[in-house]
Amino acid sequence: MIKRFKFIYIFLPLIFFSGTSNSLEPNIFIQSTVNRASQILGDDISKGEKIEKLKIIATDTVDIKGIGFYTLGKFRKELSDAEKIEYTKLFREYFLKSFSSRLAEYTNPKIDVQSQEKLNDKYTIVSSILIATDIRPEVKIQWRVYTKDPDKPLIRDLIIEGLSLARTQKEEFSSIIQSNDGDIQSLFASLKKFINN
Amino acid sequence: MRYLLRIFIIYIFTINFAFAGADGENSFSKKTGEVKDCFENVNRATFAFNQGLDNILFEPLAKGYRKLPNPIKIGTGNVLSNISNLITIPNNILQGEFKTAGINTARLTVNTTVGIFGIFDVASQMGFVKNYKKEDYGQTLGTWGIGEGCYLVLPVLGPSTIRDLSGGFVNILGGDPWYNLTIKNDTQHFKESDYYFSKGGDGLNFRAKNIDSFENLEKNSMDFYASVKSLYLQDRRKKILNSNSITESQDDSDWDEIQSN
Repeated sequence: MIKRFKFIYIFLPLIFFSGTSNSLEPNIFIQSTVNRASQILGDDISKGEKIEKLKIIATDTVDIKGIGFYTLGKFRKELSDAEKIEYTKLFREYFLKSFSSRLAEYTNPKIDVQSQEKLNDKYTIVSSILIATDIRPEVKIQWRVYTKDPDKPLIRDLIIEGLSLARTQKEEFSSIIQSNDGDIQSLFASLKKFINN
Repeated sequence: MRYLLRIFIIYIFTINFAFAGADGENSFSKKTGEVKDCFENVNRATFAFNQGLDNILFEPLAKGYRKLPNPIKIGTGNVLSNISNLITIPNNILQGEFKTAGINTARLTVNTTVGIFGIFDVASQMGFVKNYKKEDYGQTLGTWGIGEGCYLVLPVLGPSTIRDLSGGFVNILGGDPWYNLTIKNDTQHFKESDYYFSKGGDGLNFRAKNIDSFENLEKNSMDFYASVKSLYLQDRRKKILNSNSITESQDDSDWDEIQSN
């Protein structure tokens, strides 16, 4: 009898909630994501292995496609369907390489999520700090989380001390395209070069 | 009188230039459009020169500076921060931030005296100054609604804009009490080299704090020049707005059209 009661006690909540959505609070989503990344960076494994594991986290938690189209700015409207497919593929490879190699330089970073601000149904800004070390001051990091699907929040931007990485990327891409007379293929060539380096 | 006339002429010249470069967009807001890179070829050449100089001189110096014991680095940073109050305070007043000007004046007084020429940040430890923010004449021009004008890269000094360069001129035309004490007037208490050491120290302190970020950015940029330009302009915008709120410093409409994964 007691055993049956225990069984009901443990599984009742699961049964009860199984039919409802499990929306994930953006601040909890970010803290769990940075904890996962931090654990990998602190592991005693090779840099290559770290990069591969970080790529898995990025694929799972970052809206790579969304960031890719944002960074194209006004040029995204000029792409043909074939170019969109090619760009999405190239940007994904570029992003994962760039993101993971940037992050792999850090050893066991400690990030504390502090607050969140809901901008609208689509976006919440999560504020956190990268704890200072002997060689690095404290750094404020804010995360733009895309919450259109509350069950599957996704990171769209990192704002470090008020400077947006997505915006920086967008302006870098724009510079490459504009200095080649607006030819989008020049960006594709630069992305390919970066990926193959 | 001659100084006033010089300030007036340079002011008129630079402000006109800034307006010309801003394409009629004079007000500074988050909706401000792209800053024109009117001298891109020259800027890129200067940027390459600065990078060369950085590789040979500034980066090795910054790496050496970073190896100094923490108390020395903190003390140096505190002294430089304390000196920067001399420009921040008049700019607080020009921006109508009278309360902040009062707080910063108290900070300067306490740190220069009790804190032994600013080596110890006693004011922060006493808790009456939180989040000290440096201000300069370029920021003041920005708060007055003057657009950036064209983007510039200055030899050795790095990124700037016509507006920020105009602000820099005000320093040497009497707007910087530290410059007046060390270079302009012979006060017998300070030497010209004190000014140059403080400015060099400022640059070195900044470079040392950002060694990893710069290396990382350079390694992962396809167009390092464009990345630095974007970061500089974003940083200036944030400083002028004196806001940590993303909704104020970033244009959110950029994200509206982007569809999900």
